[in-house]
Amino acid sequence: MKLLDFLKRERKQSAPVAKERLQIIVAHQRSQQGQPEYMPKLERELVEVIRRYVDVDDDAVQISMDSEDSCSVLELNVTLPRE
Amino acid sequence: MAKIIVVTSGKGGVGKTTSAAAMSTGLALRGKKTVVLDFDVGLRNLDLVMGCERRVVYDLVNVIQGEAGLNQALIRDKRVDNLFILPASQTRDKEALTPEGVAEVLAQLKEDFDYVICDSPAGIESGAQLAMYHADEAVVVTNPEISSVRDSDRILGLLSAKTRRAEQADEPVREHLLITRYNPDRVDSGDMLTLDDIREILAIDLLGLIPESEAVLRASNQGVPVTHDAESDAGLAYADAISRLIGEDVPLRFHEARKKGLLSRMFGGGHR
Repeated sequence: MKLLDFLKRERKQSAPVAKERLQIIVAHQRSQQGQPEYMPKLERELVEVIRRYVDVDDDAVQISMDSEDSCSVLELNVTLPRE
Repeated sequence: MAKIIVVTSGKGGVGKTTSAAAMSTGLALRGKKTVVLDFDVGLRNLDLVMGCERRVVYDLVNVIQGEAGLNQALIRDKRVDNLFILPASQTRDKEALTPEGVAEVLAQLKEDFDYVICDSPAGIESGAQLAMYHADEAVVVTNPEISSVRDSDRILGLLSAKTRRAEQADEPVREHLLITRYNPDRVDSGDMLTLDDIREILAIDLLGLIPESEAVLRASNQGVPVTHDAESDAGLAYADAISRLIGEDVPLRFHEARKKGLLSRMFGGGHR
């Protein structure tokens, strides 16, 4: 019985999991690159303000800064929970 | 005028110092006048890997503070002509390295050498940033391991923002990927990131692939850079990386598992 279990157990390869996790975290890191240093704090405080009115998750607010020639655009995305 | 190359990684223990020692030795063996600098103030180790720890009199901080001249501090390698070592200080704190001081030392070295190799400390703090600031090229040492790849990506971000070339909108620092401790058998069994995975994620040119090898520990034990172990897999792989660094086109090796013959399967692998 034990032997059968052993033979049946297919060991999952771990490298593909590592790759997938890395792709996500690296994309996130790159999106933050070159952004002003106050961005994480701004993001946290925005979540706090929104929470005074609506109960949202920690990751409900996504902000990003895009710089163009003469101006910078701050993009703010807030995901509100369904009523 | 020398090329300044920083050997960096973010994460510690991935093989920066081993690689800086091996590559500077290899460059000198090919007739390039080379100096290798330890930027790891407080935790110097390049002297040990180069086998000159008992000949350290003055160090980089002494030179920057004006307590010794550059020529007094440079240690001539015993084995290879054209190779010099500038050790880091063991006793000072890392604030002893000033940006102006480092700039001045590198400017002087640039006049006299073909290659200036900067062995960066781990981390992304001031020491690591000073080591990379003046670089023309960067060798990003990466293990096939999740935290090392992530940290390498962070370092690539710094190289494109916090270097002289970035700040002065000069041509960007040329980035090279050096994968160390690669184990093709574990890649085949699906438990190690593949060469292609790492290249795809970091998206920079591959300079070399150093297999996990007994020769590396043997080399640092003896204080003889692994390049001198010219028959070993790691020695050959570093030689290939150096060829690519100086613009030669050499094929990749050691990226596939060696097929085991009947004898080695029965009696275990032979010495590498």
